[in-house]
Amino acid sequence: MLKVNNLHAEINGKEILKGINLEVRPGEVHAIMGPNGSGKSTLSMVLAGNPAYTVTGGSAEFYGKDLLAMAPEVRSHEGLFLGFQYPVEIPGVSMVNFMRAAVNAKREYFGEPPMSATDFLKMMREKRAIVELDNKLASRSVNEGFSGGEKKRNEIFQMAVLEPKLSILDETDSGLDIDALRVVAEGVNKLKSENNATIVITHYQRLLDYIKPEFIHILYKGRIVMTGGPDLALELEERGYDWIKQQVDNEENNG
Amino acid sequence: MSALQQYIDLYNGHKSLVDSGSAQVLNDLRHSAYEVLRDMELPAKGSENYETTDLEEILSPDYGVNVGRVNIDVNPAATFHCGVPSLSTSLFFSVNDLYAEANDARLGLPEGMYVGSLRQFAINHPEICGRYYGRCADIKNPVVALNTMLAQDGIAIWVKRGVKVDKPIQIVNILQNGAPLMAVRRVLVILEEDSELKVLTCDHTQNPDVEFLALQTIEIFAERNSRLDYYDLEESTEKTSRLSAMYVREGEGCELVIDGITLYNGTTRNEYHALFEGENASLHLYGMGIEDRCRHLDTYSRIEHKKGNCKTDELFKYVLDDDATGAFTGLIKVEQGADKTEAYQNNRNIVGSDNAKMFSKPQLEIYDDDVKCSHGTATGQLDDMQVFYMRTRGLSEHTAKLLLKQAFMADVIDAVRLPGLKERLHLLVERRFAGSVSSCAACNSACGSDK
Repeated sequence: MLKVNNLHAEINGKEILKGINLEVRPGEVHAIMGPNGSGKSTLSMVLAGNPAYTVTGGSAEFYGKDLLAMAPEVRSHEGLFLGFQYPVEIPGVSMVNFMRAAVNAKREYFGEPPMSATDFLKMMREKRAIVELDNKLASRSVNEGFSGGEKKRNEIFQMAVLEPKLSILDETDSGLDIDALRVVAEGVNKLKSENNATIVITHYQRLLDYIKPEFIHILYKGRIVMTGGPDLALELEERGYDWIKQQVDNEENNG
Repeated sequence: MSALQQYIDLYNGHKSLVDSGSAQVLNDLRHSAYEVLRDMELPAKGSENYETTDLEEILSPDYGVNVGRVNIDVNPAATFHCGVPSLSTSLFFSVNDLYAEANDARLGLPEGMYVGSLRQFAINHPEICGRYYGRCADIKNPVVALNTMLAQDGIAIWVKRGVKVDKPIQIVNILQNGAPLMAVRRVLVILEEDSELKVLTCDHTQNPDVEFLALQTIEIFAERNSRLDYYDLEESTEKTSRLSAMYVREGEGCELVIDGITLYNGTTRNEYHALFEGENASLHLYGMGIEDRCRHLDTYSRIEHKKGNCKTDELFKYVLDDDATGAFTGLIKVEQGADKTEAYQNNRNIVGSDNAKMFSKPQLEIYDDDVKCSHGTATGQLDDMQVFYMRTRGLSEHTAKLLLKQAFMADVIDAVRLPGLKERLHLLVERRFAGSVSSCAACNSACGSDK
């Protein structure tokens, strides 16, 4: 579904991504790990279409279509979802209005009429249950005054509502206690099917105990420098990133 | 010839006609107003407190003034329907500056109050009217002076001691004429001790191609422990100018909410002058302006704390687009001896285009050393990250910005204490930002001409 080829991107004139190659197929779970500043969040922002970032080279295809040519909202309609590392607070916009606008925008994109109020509320109820999200949060402003855990649960709730084909979860585990982590991970697992795929971006093995990826990619200096199976994550947890950094830096120096 | 001169000449030429269409109490102040105007030069654009608004230009068109009190053949009361589902009001009108009322306007109003024509009030209750009329507004203010010289009628509301008026009084001001016209409106609100009142005024213009000037002076006397909500909504046209000067005196223990909402306008200057004369009183002064195209909104406020233990909470918000200009000048003055004053002043603005301009001048003058005061202003753009977050959920950039602008106004709208009006305003502001045709906050039908 997703084919990223030699992707380069920069922000404020500084090149962050220096040739990313990545392929994701339906049913797969990928994890992207890597030290701070390696470009993990930039990759998620570029794939979701944040206009603050400029793509300077390469390509990204989503179901054969040019992902990079699409506006962020079109990427969403086409089935791409980004769970934010820092979910944005939007005072004055209620969660329920926000979700209604989102759902109906997608329906409009596919030429469908807006969802009826009853159906919408019923769906909200069902989806809320997946992440055990408190009903009270629905009437509050988007993410405003939410705890760290509530914000992350709210991201998974939105993912459940939008039913994306590909979800990119950017450090969904950061700032979560063990219980919240379990709830979030279980939510992701419940939503998993053979038709959709997930990319989790994380620092820690911890999340991967719950969400089991088939592929682990190590991002360093704007490139994927190593790809492996679940064992790679365990090795990282044990040995840290230094050996990979050294390996890459040595290759650079020798090359 | 200065713009003022045409009105001075008009008055000089028709003194007896002006007087005969009014009442003694109003007539008594005309000459002193005339003398002030005769000897005055209008404050130039750019001078202190008139940095962005040009009174000379606003007054320069050759407006007609209905000194002969000719009735126009429209009866708004007969055709007008209020569109706020859960808001039941007592409905009164001024068509230009002629007074009218709905047939059932007085249903449900308690004994012990007067609401109706100011002229009639001055005739029926000359002593009461004379005790208040012109006692609070500053005659040296050019808007007040011109209004006082020419005003023949308007609205008076008098709530006697201890009377609580549950049903909101709604005053719909309609501008309707085929040729340029100046409506000279005067409003007098008297709340005696322990009384309560809620007022909603809606300004409309029926003829979008005609130039109008609404020249109004509002005097509010809130006596000990009285409570007043006053919502003033403008929904006029780009060719409408409005010069409004409100003067408020608050006695001990009063609670006032004053809210100025500008949804559609042309060139508007709203002045709020408030004075705390007793302790333990509060004033919530709120306002919002949604300005696009070449619209202009200038808010001036001056709040004086003479007595201690009073609280001011002031918040004005603007959203400016296209070539619109906004201005906010606010002064809170705390006199020596006004201990335990709490005064907060805030002006927040979003400028959404390269050409729109906002001028903000928040001021505090404090002569007492036991107070809690703050003031602040911020003018900026919408948050890019918020817009992006919403777009990743499928909202278009346009929709995302629309929701954010609405959200920006939410706290001003939520401060409205008339339940039906609050919900209606949320909807109207949404429609306003969406660019669709909108009618008054409280009304549709007769007033709902295309803007």
